[in-house]
Amino acid sequence: MQALYALLVSPFVDYAFMQKALFGSLLLSAGACPVGVFLMLRRMSLSGDAMAHAILPGAAAGFLFYGLEILPMTVGGLVAGIVVALGAGAVSRFTVQREDASMAAFYLISLALGVLLVSVRGSSVDLMHVLFGTVLALNNEALGLIGAIAAVTLVSLFVFWRALVAECLDPLFLRSVSRLGSPVHFIFLGLVVINLVGGFQALGTLLSVGLMILPAAAARFWTARVETMCVAAVAIGFASCVAGLLLSYHAALPSGPAIILSAGAVYLVSVLAGTRGALRARLVTHRHRTA
Amino acid sequence: MDKACLTFRDLTLGYGSHPAVHHLNGVVRRGSLTAVVGANGSGKSTLMKGIVGALKPMAGAVTKADGVRIAYLPQQSELDRSFPARVVDLVSLGLWSRRGLLGRHTAQDRATVAEALAAVGLEGFETRALDTLSGGQLQRTLFARVLVQDAELILLDEPFNAVDAKTVGDLIALIKRWHGEERTVMVVAHDLDLVRHNFPETLLLARQPVAWGATATTLTPENMARARRFHEAWEDDAPWCEPDAHHHAHDHGHAHHHHAHDADALASANGPKAA
Repeated sequence: MQALYALLVSPFVDYAFMQKALFGSLLLSAGACPVGVFLMLRRMSLSGDAMAHAILPGAAAGFLFYGLEILPMTVGGLVAGIVVALGAGAVSRFTVQREDASMAAFYLISLALGVLLVSVRGSSVDLMHVLFGTVLALNNEALGLIGAIAAVTLVSLFVFWRALVAECLDPLFLRSVSRLGSPVHFIFLGLVVINLVGGFQALGTLLSVGLMILPAAAARFWTARVETMCVAAVAIGFASCVAGLLLSYHAALPSGPAIILSAGAVYLVSVLAGTRGALRARLVTHRHRTA
Repeated sequence: MDKACLTFRDLTLGYGSHPAVHHLNGVVRRGSLTAVVGANGSGKSTLMKGIVGALKPMAGAVTKADGVRIAYLPQQSELDRSFPARVVDLVSLGLWSRRGLLGRHTAQDRATVAEALAAVGLEGFETRALDTLSGGQLQRTLFARVLVQDAELILLDEPFNAVDAKTVGDLIALIKRWHGEERTVMVVAHDLDLVRHNFPETLLLARQPVAWGATATTLTPENMARARRFHEAWEDDAPWCEPDAHHHAHDHGHAHHHHAHDADALASANGPKAA
């Protein structure tokens, strides 16, 4: 019992930085995981990845002018993300090009610009910070930001839920009954951007998208309803954060990759063992009902 | 009773600079049941999109009577069948016009949805996932959504495609029920026998309207032959249709002189209700 306590609880009780890391990553999961579910259902998982890269030049510009400061880097990332999201979204809405191609084009431009900016000034250690984040060094300022992002995300999802589902399920129908189609699409892209920006403080630009996509992708194997899928994704996100931080603490591993790898492990288990997973589908098909 | 539900004023719809519906004039009466007939590429679906507002007119206008709500069943649905939703979720989307984004779905609304499913013969399908439905079942589900929408103007674009004979009968019965409820219904259809037996009025399109009126007088062999003669392909060197030939834009009954070769077709094209 004592050993279990030492293994699972005491790191969080004894160290303030662990508490903050836990608090921050849980807040992040609460907002990012449901957004990830919709990203996945809209077949935009890779767009999320692209968007995470797109944030880099903004964050790098902040870093270039103000050093490793949270606010300028966040604002920069936000601006870059929104420019890319709106640009790619607008190209796909108003021209024949699909969103996957326009998103790829915009994020590549953005990423190249970001790497260029970082290389102008930063050492490789700084670059590692931007790319992989510093979940164990989250300060109150960053926690406040992540909390605000989670709150905005959850409220927006609640308010626009019906439109978001309709826009995924039958966009043409939504267009015939309401003018919300395009606004909802851009609101959703905005949510993706702010959650990625929130995530890059803790996990870095490369891994923040992981906490968005992996729990959602894993939840897909356990349920056939959007509502439960969002809840399951958040639960998987929470579990991954706790497991990842403990792993990072005990094995002295970098925290961001540890969290994402934990989520990755849940995903792999879900693929195989989920109620809608690969094994179950193989095992159950032998028997069938009369109607 | 003879009030207009839809009015077309010199309506031209198209893609790029090429018209798909060319200079359509006329009135769809409130409570009428109209079949829209024509060859592939004759502008039937384009007209539907224009009415819904999914496509902006290149010239002219289509006006709805005030307060008319539209229920539109497109030919090529953008429905994502792999989305984790149940039959009731899809049919409940039809409540949008009454409940909007945030309105709570009441017990009454749920009863409406259940009734609509029963009306299309899908009792017991409420919790079925969309990806387990057959093509015909999905089509009936979409009809149920149209029922729930409770709209004054109902537009159905080729609703009988890939649907078995019994289901066609069921769907026709529903369409007649809507007609009986004084709703305005326009249906794009290919089966001329079906149109002759069930639709009082027909609009025959061949990019230009060829004929529009009572089905028996519209679907004559001469009109059908004329509709078949139209040139489906676009031509990049086709002459521009000059706007200055259109100062009669609001003058419905006027024939279109700049289409001299089509003038006889268009004389009847403006329809019995146009002038």
